[in-house]
Amino acid sequence: MRSTQKSTRAGLVGLAAAALILTSCAESERDGDAGDGGDGASGGTFVFAGSAEPVTLDPFFASDGESFRVARQIFEGLVGTEPGTADPAPLLATEWETGEDGLSYTFDLREDVTFHDGTAFDAEAVCSNFDRWYNMPESAQTDDLTYYYAALFRGFATGDRADSAIYDSCTADDELTATINLKEPFAGFISALSLPAFSMQSPSALEEFQDDGATNPKNSAYSTEHPTGTGPFMLDAWNRGQDVTLARYDDYWGDPAIVDEAVVVAIEDPKARADALRAGEIDGFDLVGPADIAPLEEEGFQIVNRDPFNVLYLGMNQQQKPLDDPQVRQAIAHALNIPEIISASMPEGTQPAIEFIPDSVMGYTDDVQTYEFDPELAKQMLADAGADGATIEFNYPTGVSRPYMPQPEDTFNVIRSQLEAVGLKIKPTADQWSPDYLEKIQGTSKHGLHLLGWTGDYNDTDNFLGVFFGAKSSEWGFDNPEIFDALREARGLPTPEEQEPLYEEINRLVMDYLPGVPLAHPVPSLAFGPDVSGYQQSPVQDEVWNVVSVG
Amino acid sequence: MLKFALRRLALLVPVLFGLSVLLFAWVRALPGDPARSLLGERATPEGIARVNASYGFDQPLLQQYLIYVKALLQGDFGDSIKTGQPVLTTFFERFPATIELATTALLFAIVVGVPLGYLAARNQGRFLDTAVVSGSLLGVATPVFFLAILLKLVFADWLGLLPTALRQDARMDATHITNFYVLDGLLTREWDAAFNAMVHLVLPAVALGTIPLAIIVRITRASVAEVLHEDYVRTAESKGLSRRIVSRRHVLRNALLPVVTTIGLQAGLLLSGAVLTESVFAFNGIGSYLFQAISQRDFPVLQGFIIFIAITYSLINLLVDLAYGVIDPRVRVS
Repeated sequence: MRSTQKSTRAGLVGLAAAALILTSCAESERDGDAGDGGDGASGGTFVFAGSAEPVTLDPFFASDGESFRVARQIFEGLVGTEPGTADPAPLLATEWETGEDGLSYTFDLREDVTFHDGTAFDAEAVCSNFDRWYNMPESAQTDDLTYYYAALFRGFATGDRADSAIYDSCTADDELTATINLKEPFAGFISALSLPAFSMQSPSALEEFQDDGATNPKNSAYSTEHPTGTGPFMLDAWNRGQDVTLARYDDYWGDPAIVDEAVVVAIEDPKARADALRAGEIDGFDLVGPADIAPLEEEGFQIVNRDPFNVLYLGMNQQQKPLDDPQVRQAIAHALNIPEIISASMPEGTQPAIEFIPDSVMGYTDDVQTYEFDPELAKQMLADAGADGATIEFNYPTGVSRPYMPQPEDTFNVIRSQLEAVGLKIKPTADQWSPDYLEKIQGTSKHGLHLLGWTGDYNDTDNFLGVFFGAKSSEWGFDNPEIFDALREARGLPTPEEQEPLYEEINRLVMDYLPGVPLAHPVPSLAFGPDVSGYQQSPVQDEVWNVVSVG
Repeated sequence: MLKFALRRLALLVPVLFGLSVLLFAWVRALPGDPARSLLGERATPEGIARVNASYGFDQPLLQQYLIYVKALLQGDFGDSIKTGQPVLTTFFERFPATIELATTALLFAIVVGVPLGYLAARNQGRFLDTAVVSGSLLGVATPVFFLAILLKLVFADWLGLLPTALRQDARMDATHITNFYVLDGLLTREWDAAFNAMVHLVLPAVALGTIPLAIIVRITRASVAEVLHEDYVRTAESKGLSRRIVSRRHVLRNALLPVVTTIGLQAGLLLSGAVLTESVFAFNGIGSYLFQAISQRDFPVLQGFIIFIAITYSLINLLVDLAYGVIDPRVRVS
C-alpha cells in the first residue's frame, strides 16, 4: 500500500515536471490547430469567448446576450438585420407586405430551407412557432422565461395579460406564404422579429424534445441538447462549465460556414479573456475592457468596434431636492464637459449624446435643446435657484463594465469634479452593480444623481424612450403626463412612417424637460487574433459566424 | 475506528440542520432579490413580482423555509434560478474541476512543503533555513489573487509557456466521462487530452497551493525542529542509528501529527481559496460558480453549494482524524 502511494506521488511529481517542460510543445501544437482541417482560410475551429455561459439554447426562453450569441449561429428568424446596421432585412422571409390597417403581415418565405433535423421550413412551421409562443402555458409566462414575447406582444392566449395580447392568428396561405394577424397595430413588429427570441424553430424537434409546461423549460432536453434551427451551425455539444461546440450545417441555404467548427467558451473576467487571446487559447472575445484595447492593438491583435446602439446618461431623481427644480437640472447639464468625460473614461470612437437615443434609431433629431458646457452660467443658474452649495447624492455602481458604461468609477470621478467646480457638494454613494445598485436605482427612491444606460435590443424607438420614460418610475421620480401620453400614442401608431415625427417631438419634449443628461454612446469593442478575418460587427450583436475564417 | 467514524458522521446531521437554518436566513438577508438580478435593467415592478411569485419568494419566510427543508429531506436541493438546472446536477458537473484543482494544489503544497520544512529544520540558522523561512513568510503574505495575476503575467504573457484560462484547450476533441479531465484522458487513453488538462492545472494549482505550501513549510519546520531536540532522538542518534533511519522512524513520524492537522485544515480552506483562483483562471469549478451565484442572488445554488462544501469539509476533517491513528498509534489506543 505504502509503495503504491509512493510511486503514485513520484508519478505525479514527474508528470507535473514534464508538464512544465513540455508545455512549449503543447503551445506549438495549439498554434498549428487554428489553420488545421482545411486549405488556406477554410476549415479549422473558431474559438470565441463570451462573458458567461448561455442560460439556455432555446432562444424563446432567453433574454441574455450570451444565449442569443449562440442562438444566432443555430437559428434564424423571418427577419434579420442589414449587415453592420440595426435595420431590419429579409432572412427566412424574402419579403413582406403590411396590410393597410397595420393589422396583418404577409411573409413570402425562402425556398429550399430545411431545419437541422431535416424538417422543411414552410408556412406551417412559421404558424407553428407563432402559435407556440402565443399559447405558452401560464407557468412560463414570467419575465425570466418569456420577457421579450410578453413585452412586445403584450400577453398570451391565457393568463392575466390575455386581454392586452396583440397577436391574433397565423394562416398558412400556401406552402411558402404565411400571414400573421394582429389585434392591434404594432409598428415595431418587423424590427422586433429580428430578435433571436423570435427565431424559427423546428416544430418536429420541439414536439419531440421540448416541454413548454415543464418547471424549467429552459433546461429541457431541447434547450440543452437538441436546439434545432435553420442557421449555418448546428449544436454539436454543450459541455456545461466548459464550452458550447457548434458544427457547420452542410445543407445551409446561404453561404456555408467557412470554419468546420465554432466553440463558445465562457470567461467571466475581461482581463482573463484578453490573456486567453494572447495565449492563443481563443481566437476572439467580446466586451474588451477599455484598458486592454490599446495594448492589444499594439501587440498585433485586431480590435473591432461595434457601432454604438446604446446610451449612457446621468439620471436625476426628482424625488430628491433640489433635482425637482428644472433650473437646477439645467445648471447641472451646463456644468458637464462631456468631451472631457468621454476622453477620461470611455473608449476611442465614443460619440457624445444630445438625446436619449443613438442617431441610428428612428425619431432621432438634431433639433433638440442642447446644453453647452458653461460653468459660469451653471453657477448663475444654481444661485438663481437658491441651490448654490447644495449637497446632492451621487450614486454609481462598482465592479461592473457594461457596454454603455465601461468604467463607471472613472466616469463618476470626472463628473464629480465638474459638478464640484460649479459649487455643488457631492455625496458619493457606491454600490455593487447587481443586484444592489440596480435595486436602489430602479426599485427605490433612495438615490439622487446616478449613472445608468441601456443597449437597444432592436431598432425601435420605444425600446429606448418607452423603457426610460414610458410611465412614472422610481428611477426618475417624475410625473409628466405629456411625455407619458405622447409615448403611448406613438406606440399605438401602425407604421414607422407615422411614428417618426411624433418620436422627434418626444425627443424635443424630453430634452426640454431634462429628466437627466444623456452623456454618450460608447463604442463596445471585440478583439481577435491576427489570423481571424471576416467578422462582421453588428450594433445589435446580430453577428453570424459563417463568414468568419481562421488562419 | 469504524464506530468513531460513524459517530462523527452522525454528528453531521445536527451540524447540517443548523447550517441550513443559518444559510436560509443569510441568503435572504442579502440586499436585493434574485428577480432583480435575473432581469437586470429590464426589470419592471410587475415583472419582478411575477418572477418572485413563480419561485414562491412571495410566501412568508417560515413557509418558504419549511418547503425548502421538506425538499431537502427528499434530496431535492432545488433548481438554479438563473439556469433552471437542478443544483445537484450543476454541483456534480463542476465539483470535479474544483477537486482536481484543489488536489493538485494540495499535492504541490505537500510535496514541496514537507521536504522544504524538514530541510530548513535540519539546517537551522543556515542560509537554506533563512531562505525558506523568509520565502514562506512571503508566500503566506501574498494574496492568492495577486499571485495568480503575477503567475499569469510571467508564465503566460512573458514566457508564453502555460495556458491562462479554462480546463482544457477548447479546440481539443476530448471525451469526458467523469468530468475529471486528467482522469478522463487517462481512462480513454487520450494522452494528449490528459496532458493538456494537466498543463491547464499548473498555474491555478500553484496560485492556489502557495499559501498552504508556505504554512506547511512553517509548521513542518517548527515541528521537526522541536522533535530534533527530544531525548529519544538524541538517544537514537547516540546508539549509532543512521541519520536516515532516525529521520524516518523517530523524527518525521513524530513531527508529522501537527503537519497532518494543518494539511487537513488547509484542504478545507482550499475550497474557499478556489473561489478567487477559479475566477482569475476561468477554471469553471464550484468556486467561480458560487461567486456568480452570490452576485445573482441565486438562493438555491448558494444554499446547496455551501451545504455540499460543508459536507466535504467535514469529511476531510474526519479523514484527518482517522489519519492520526495511522500515523500515531498512541491516538489509536486512546
